[in-house]
Amino acid sequence: MTSIPRDQWYVAAYGREIGPALFSRTVCGESILFWRTASGRVTAVADRCVHRRFPLSELPTRLVDDQVVCGYHGFTYGADGRCVAVPGQTRVPRTARLSTYPVVEQDSFVWVWIGDPVLADGTTIPRAPWLTAPDYTTVSGMEPLAARFGLLVDNLLDLSHETYLHGGYIGTPEVASTPITTEVDEAAGIVYVSRRMADAACPPFYSRSTGLTGRITRWQDIEYAPPCLYKLHSRIAPVGCLPDPDGTDLDAFHVEVVYAITPETEHTTHDFWAVARDFALDDEEVSAFLAESNRTVVLQDVAALDVLERVVASEEDGYQELSINIDTGGLAARRILARLAGGRVHQVTS
Amino acid sequence: MHWVPGSDRLRAVCHCSAARDFEDPVALWDWLLAHPSGHRPAVPEPTPVPAAAGVS
Repeated sequence: MTSIPRDQWYVAAYGREIGPALFSRTVCGESILFWRTASGRVTAVADRCVHRRFPLSELPTRLVDDQVVCGYHGFTYGADGRCVAVPGQTRVPRTARLSTYPVVEQDSFVWVWIGDPVLADGTTIPRAPWLTAPDYTTVSGMEPLAARFGLLVDNLLDLSHETYLHGGYIGTPEVASTPITTEVDEAAGIVYVSRRMADAACPPFYSRSTGLTGRITRWQDIEYAPPCLYKLHSRIAPVGCLPDPDGTDLDAFHVEVVYAITPETEHTTHDFWAVARDFALDDEEVSAFLAESNRTVVLQDVAALDVLERVVASEEDGYQELSINIDTGGLAARRILARLAGGRVHQVTS
Repeated sequence: MHWVPGSDRLRAVCHCSAARDFEDPVALWDWLLAHPSGHRPAVPEPTPVPAAAGVS
């Protein structure tokens, strides 16, 4: 049985990736063809000709006036997926239609609905407004991960691994040694994990971007909206500097780290990452540094999780794990994901 | 779920206000999800005697 929840919204791409040209990406095992129409709207249809299954993203398929002409036999489709021409005859079979996918472009992402289109409601898509807000500057990217998406969820819900896997970048001893608080909003299906370090070393990721040189107050507040959107609200300030009672927080640095965790297949994942900051907005050096540093950190995770996938895949049935306090948030996420996928969570031991 | 300060224990607090300490996050989750089975409201903290209000 699949572990990938259906009837869900997933990030398929950044809006910037999709222009007036054919673009293909596999989401939850479904190969989807995208392009931006003359009206500026992103359209998403199945990337397989209904005739002989030729991938429409492959040359010599071409896009002509918002119509896709299959490079194999010339079946021609409109942006609504409807076939408008077939070779050698005037009658177009009524069933000649590409399935279409509901699409919402929001917060720099192109979201696609995987499942029954009747159930798609764009208002339920979780938001990440910082990624396009004028008072934030964002750097972002996407790395392919040769591991199941659940391993990335485990990784991001337990940031104590920063101390070991990402030492010298974002990890310091205090991350692993500071207790967490975990909260689950069952009705909304959201997992919160909070780690508040009152007096911590400032890792290079933040010292070089903020200019802070001494010890810091570092807050990591995770908000995970399964299955796809993960947000880390990061607050950095000199030790002892707290928000004002009314909530204003002008003396702190805020970084919103956003991940979109999109299954490509059962065993591979699109790892979208974005870092939005509310300081040094026009400093291109800071942008370049944060982009390079975060990509390095993501690739450290990718290397570790690719190895882990090979191990877990070889031990698929009934492998044993040990869970401790740091895993409370990850266990919460697993249970919600299992519920969304309609199955049972892998039983773990402690 | 709160990591009890200065210890390795986890304190689970259910939406029904029942609370219990655990050493094992898996057992903690089993208990939370078993609501209402085994959930008793937390014993309230003793209410401090209010100080006499000053008159100004």
